[in-house]
Order: sequence, then structure tokens, then C-alpha cells
Amino acid sequence: MHKRPIHILLADDDEDDRLFFKEAFDEIKIKTNVIMVNDGVELMNHLTREDNQLPHILFLDLNMPRKTGIDCLLEIKRMSHLKDVAVVIYSTSSSEKDIEETFVQGANVYIKKPSDFNTLKKILEQVITINWQYQTSGLNRDNYLLSL
Amino acid sequence: MKLYLKFDTNIALKKIIQEQLDQLQVKYAYLGFAEIEIDDSVSGLEMGKIDACLNNYGIQIVENQKSVLVQRIKDAIIEMVNSEEKLPTSNSAYLSDKLKQRYGYLSSVFTEITYTSIENFILLQKAERAKQLISTNELTFTEIAYILNYSSVAHFSNQFKGITGITPSAFQRIILKRRENSNKIK
Repeated sequence: MHKRPIHILLADDDEDDRLFFKEAFDEIKIKTNVIMVNDGVELMNHLTREDNQLPHILFLDLNMPRKTGIDCLLEIKRMSHLKDVAVVIYSTSSSEKDIEETFVQGANVYIKKPSDFNTLKKILEQVITINWQYQTSGLNRDNYLLSL
Repeated sequence: MKLYLKFDTNIALKKIIQEQLDQLQVKYAYLGFAEIEIDDSVSGLEMGKIDACLNNYGIQIVENQKSVLVQRIKDAIIEMVNSEEKLPTSNSAYLSDKLKQRYGYLSSVFTEITYTSIENFILLQKAERAKQLISTNELTFTEIAYILNYSSVAHFSNQFKGITGITPSAFQRIILKRRENSNKIK
């Protein structure tokens, strides 16, 4: 197992959600390095600055001011240097239509934000391990769809 | 004259590692007691040399051996899941026979290295095979369920949904729409 941390990037405008998310990652046994940005514009700035390390996994809130998660997703999927970043939608919506739409636009994972901390921890752990399989076991990334 | 030695194994180990890896011109970082990290670009051949040099001092690369075993387990599973024949009824018997090791040992090494269980990995691989078969659009779900050794389409659909969170038909819809979109762009 590589001992290097897995780079995580979260874009979410809700401060409580960000805190919750960071704490969950702190408690997971897998080593991660979590960076957080407050909205879609900040996210795109971060992803296009050359000196920034690209995340292995990007968690994207759908409802953000200035630039929505869907807009970010569309931009990300058009940029060739970001094509291998796993995109996880992290949203309060659980509508089947939203879920399918984000998958069609290229998202890999859809997480309905859980209300309790332990469920969040479990879900995040699951995402990291499955993502690791996609990084290391030669699975076909075109088929990487997961809804939690 | 008898001399009595007092020594610090950590310093000794660090020094040996330093001398040997410098000699082989391998870049590395000493992470702490008995743990080093080397560059991923180091080839299998170089790994062999490093292993041989350290063996002279009675030092073995543990993690790497376990990683090799995990890779063999994964290969065996992938071969099993992708074979044209029906899947074996007992995964554990198949794997321990194939790798000539007790299943308990295989299972504990696998979990230690990958943070996931063999059973989970098999389910994931079966789901992947199913996705691949679904996306080729040539087989019905009934046929896919049969190939993957599910007792019924319902059982297959349930397990697929359990692993991916989406139903086989939703998966098929999404893949088809993605293809339509990418054709439009071209």
C-alpha cells in the first residue's frame, strides 16, 4: 500500500458541512490530505493554477453561489489535465433525476449528504477504498459510477 | 580481549539503508523505524537488486512481498471473474488452491494492504464485469445474470444496486446518454 496521502479537494459553501467533512477525514485510518475551497469560482481557480497539486478525488457540492457544482463539472470534464480526477458529487439532493444528470455529465460518485457523523465517515471510507481500486486495479474508468 | 558492544538497531539500520541505497543510486526517504519510501519509478529489476543488497544484512522487504501476494490474489480473482466458464461455487477454495496458501492468511494480508476484503473485491470485480457486459449492449440482463452465476435476474440486480447504488437499467441509460453526448461534441 502506498503510504503517501490521498489528496482530497472539497468545494462547499457551507461552513458546517466543511468542518464536518474535515473531521470525518481526520478520523479515518487512511492517510489523506484535505484541501477545502468555498465555492465554484475558487475551485476552478485552484484547479487551473499550475503549481497546485491535483487532487485524486474532488468532492463537489451542487448548490454553490457564483458557480454551481454542475457548471464546475462541465468545465472540469472539458479540461484534459483534469480527466483522471475522480469527481464525487456531495449534495443534499437525492432526486433520481439530479443523480442521473450528474452521472451523464461525467461524475463518478454521488453522495447524498448524510445527517450523522458516523455514516459520513463510513461513506467517505468507502469512496476512498473504491477509488483506490480504480487507481490500482486497472478497472475501466468509463464505468466508474457509484451512488451512496 | 573481549569487547562488549552496545548498539542502537535503529541507527545501524538507517546507516545500512543509507549506504546500500546510495550505492545503488536509489532516491529514498527514511520514514522512521523500519520504514522507507522509494520512488515509484524504480523498476522491478532495481527492486531485485535492492532486495538482494539488503538481504546480505538479514534485512527483508516485507511490505513488498505482501504487495506481490496481493497482486497475485487480485490477478487470480480477475481471471476467475472474467473467465468464459461459470464462476466457481466457493471463492475461498478456489483462491487457496490457486495460490497454495491458507485462505485465512490470504484474506488477512489482503485486508491489511488494500483496506478492503477479498469478498468485497470479488463483488466489485463482478460488478465491473457486469458493467462491461451491460455497456456492450449485446446481452440481456438475464444472460448476464447467468454468466455471472446469479440465481436470478432479481438477485443480480439487487447485488448490482448494492455495490454501485444504481440499478443495471439506470447504468445502461447513463452510459448510452454519455455516448450520445460525446458523439454530439465530435
